[in-house]
This record gives sequence, C-alpha cells and structure tokens, in this order.
Amino acid sequence: MKRHQRRRLQEWLVSLPTLFWLSLFLVIPTLLVFAIAFRPANPYGGIGPGWTLETIRSLWDAGYLAIAWRTLWISLLTTVLCLLLAVPTGYFIARAPEKWRNRLLMFVIVPFWTSFLVRVFAWRSLLHPEGLIKRMLEALGLAGPQATLLYHPAAVVLVMVYTFLPFTILPIYAAAEKFDFRLVEAARDLGARPFQAFRRVFLPGIRRGLLTAVLVVFIPALGSYIIPDLVGGPSSEMLGNKIAQRVFVDRNLPHAAALSAVLILAVLAPLIAVLVLQRKKDRADIVIGEAP
Amino acid sequence: MKKSRLPLAVTVLVLAFFYLPIVILIVNSFNSARFSSSWQGFTLGWYAQLFRSPEIWAAVRNTLIIAVTSTAVSLVLGTAAAFALHRYAGSRLQRLHYTLIYTPLVVPEILMGISLLMAFVAAGVGLGLFTIFLAHVTFCVSYVAMVVLARLQDFDFSLIEAAQDLGASPWQSTRKVLLPLLLPGLAAGGLLAFTLSVDDFVITFFVAGPGSTTLPLRIYSLIKYGAPPLINALSTLLLAVTLTAVVASQKLARLKR
Repeated sequence: MKRHQRRRLQEWLVSLPTLFWLSLFLVIPTLLVFAIAFRPANPYGGIGPGWTLETIRSLWDAGYLAIAWRTLWISLLTTVLCLLLAVPTGYFIARAPEKWRNRLLMFVIVPFWTSFLVRVFAWRSLLHPEGLIKRMLEALGLAGPQATLLYHPAAVVLVMVYTFLPFTILPIYAAAEKFDFRLVEAARDLGARPFQAFRRVFLPGIRRGLLTAVLVVFIPALGSYIIPDLVGGPSSEMLGNKIAQRVFVDRNLPHAAALSAVLILAVLAPLIAVLVLQRKKDRADIVIGEAP
Repeated sequence: MKKSRLPLAVTVLVLAFFYLPIVILIVNSFNSARFSSSWQGFTLGWYAQLFRSPEIWAAVRNTLIIAVTSTAVSLVLGTAAAFALHRYAGSRLQRLHYTLIYTPLVVPEILMGISLLMAFVAAGVGLGLFTIFLAHVTFCVSYVAMVVLARLQDFDFSLIEAAQDLGASPWQSTRKVLLPLLLPGLAAGGLLAFTLSVDDFVITFFVAGPGSTTLPLRIYSLIKYGAPPLINALSTLLLAVTLTAVVASQKLARLKR
C-alpha cells in the first residue's frame, strides 16, 4: 500500500468512532425532528402513521406568535444588557496589572462552574416574596408589599443576564487583551474625547470578541427553558417552555418537533447573519472557534 | 490623561452580582428558619435531614453510575477525536469532524434533549439510565476533545520520533512517551466530563425514564415542590464538590505547562 493511502486509512480509523457516534446521536436526531414535525401524533404519546401538514399549520397561531416574539425580545434584551456590563468589565480586566488579571478572570469563571440549577434556585429564593431583595426594596420604600418580583419577564431577564454574563466577559476580555491600547492614546492625542476614542477605536478593535459574545449569549438564550420555568411563570413563557409542555404535559411529540424545528431555524439565523456580515477571512473562527 | 472610573465600578458591581446569590444560599443552608430570609440561628439540621433521605441517595447512585460510565466512554472517544483533529489537521474530513465536534458546544441544550428523545422514541429504545448515558456521552465527547486538543497542540511530537529513533516500537512510544505527557490533559478532560455529567439537567430531563432520577432531576422536583432549606444544603454540598473538581482540573491542566 502506498504511504499516502495508509495515512488516509489511519485517519479514517481514528476519526470513525466520533463520526459514527455524532452521526447517530446528533445528526440523525436533528433530522428526525424535522421529519417528525410532519407526522401525526397518536393518542398514546407516540408518533402515528402517515404524514400531515396540520401541525405546521397550527403553529400560525396568535398564542405562538406572542411566545416567539417574547422569546426574541427577552433574548435580545439579555444580549444587550450582557454586552453593556461585559465591555467595561472585560476592558478593566485587560488593563489590570498582569498579576491581577488571572485572579480577576478566576473570579469571573468560578460562578459559571457552579451548578446552573443551583444558581437559578438561588435567585428564586432571593426574589421570593419573603426573600432578601424584596425586603430590601420594601425597607427602602421602592416596592409595596403587593409587588411581585418573581414570575415576571424582568426576573427572567435578570437571571438570564446573571447566567450568561461570564460567557460574554471571556471573549471580550480575550479580544481586549490582544488590543493595542496605544491606539486609544493616539486617538486621544489627536483630539478625540474619551468616549469618542472608546467608541471609534476600542470597540472596532475588539469587534471579533463582541461578535463571539453576542453569539454565545443570544443562541443559548433563544433555547432557554429552566429560567423562564423557575422564575418566570405563565406570563413569561418562552419557546423552550412550550416545547417541554408539548412533550411532558400534552405528550404530543410531533407538535414539540415542529416547535423545535422553528427553534433550530431561529438559532441558525444569527449564525448565518454573522457569516454574511463578517469578512471572509475570519468567518469560520467566530462561528466555530479557532480551528486547529 | 485622566482615567475613567467607570470600568472599575462596573467590574466591582458585576463581581458582587455574581457572588451575592451564592453566598446567601450557602449562609441560608445553615439557617434554622424554614421559609424566612431572616437569620434564626445556626443549624446543621438540613444536612442531617438530607443524609437521611433515601431518595437523595438513590439519585446520587444514579448520578454516579452515569457520570463514571459516560466519562470513561467520552474520554476514549474524545481523545481519539482530538488525536485525529490534531494529526490530520486541515484535511476535508477533519474540517467536517471539527464542525461535528463543535456543534454540541453551541446548540441550546433543549434542542439536544428533544432531538435525542425523538430518536429514542422513533427507535423504540426504552428511556432510563442507558439513554441518559448515551446522551451524556454525546455532549461530553466534545468537551473532552477540546481539552485534549489544546494539550496536544502544545505537545512536541519530535519526542515520539526521538523515542522511535532510539528503537521504541510505535506501541512503546505511545505508552511510554505520549500517554504520560498527555495524562494531565486526559485527567482535566475527564474531570470536566464528569462535572458536566453530574450537573446536567435539561438534556437528562428529556431522556430520563421512570426510576432513573439523577441528582439534578431530584433538585428540580425539590425546587418545584420541596422545602427551600433542604435545597440550600444540597446545593452547598454540590457546590463544594463541583468547585473541588474544577480546582483539581485547573491544577492538572496547568501542570508542567
């Protein structure tokens, strides 16, 4: 056998286990979601015989449109708030003395390593009518005894910002750390006001970090399920909650599949938008990370 | 040039925001008050009650079975994948391979959960510990592959060639040179997979069946229907375990770097 052919064979042999596993448990299941959306449900919570367009048609419903719209604005608002907090923080960490940088970074990473469910629960008890925040607001006269903090879209946004903020800070910090801050000084020397220098020199300089940050918040935010479930209540339901309801309450898998298909398309949209917006050169790196 | 204080102020605020809920949760796990947020005396009672609960122990057992098995399998698969990605970098197959490995890291968990559920239902596989294991391997592989890949990129492959020039067989050079040097990366990847498996709720929720309740599933039902202080205690313990694992994996990842 030729050397070249042997190398090809070896490559296939080492790659085959994961290619096989991920085809079986990632690619095929995703395709199945699209297929099952066109199948009828059977009364036992399974998938009936034949094909139908009924499920897809039933998605065009005022209730669903309201939920799709809410999912979108909650995710967008979360992304914007995360960026507003993450840019100054990432900037500060990148400008801190080297000794401090790693410590600060550790402080940012540690909470994101604790159990996600536990963090959401912690907020649930803080926002509870008997919880600390409510009491503080009452003591300050900012909230009446009847005000509810929990089960409100604002609570969902708050906890989502809490959950996704570390993911936003990291890429912005990584970009800011590589940024040449002498450029900002040069702009200032040339007469730019501090905010002008920040907006016209620093922000474009960390553009790639910003784009990565937007994707790592916006995409998972669209698929949120636990946060609206535990702190949101019925008035803050998102697409994820509807999918779970169709599976666990109504036991209607085709309906859940149709909603999931919508979510998959919604997740793909920002990815494609970035591909179009970005210059060819650094396209792939933003979407799929730094390729080896 | 006067420096703006704004970034400092925001950073301090953000860090306070990060730690406030966690600190209060830990403090409240030792609070003898049942519902109130005011301090009513120190107690270890919630922990004692936790240790006496048979449901918690059953959940711990299920969680550990799944975490150990899925870590083992994802370590083998992920390491092979990382090796392929590194060794044959740039080929068309590896670009596809990389995209496949990367996808679970960006896809929202609920989509992975629901699509796996559909696949298991369509294939007629009964839901239970086995389906949870399959699901966990599927997302753990990606993390293991990424961690090991990062380690491989620092690895000096001329060491292998040197070993072979000195007469080592391919097997010997792999076992005696590559593996020992790669071990910290494997341990870090394994710990990460273990932590993620122990912690996963959303995907597990979709593919779990009767009798396969894991710890996060138990916590979820406690949050929905149970006593808050009990969850505080359980959360504090879980936090301690996760943090220990993370610190250990960080130490390992940095070892001899």
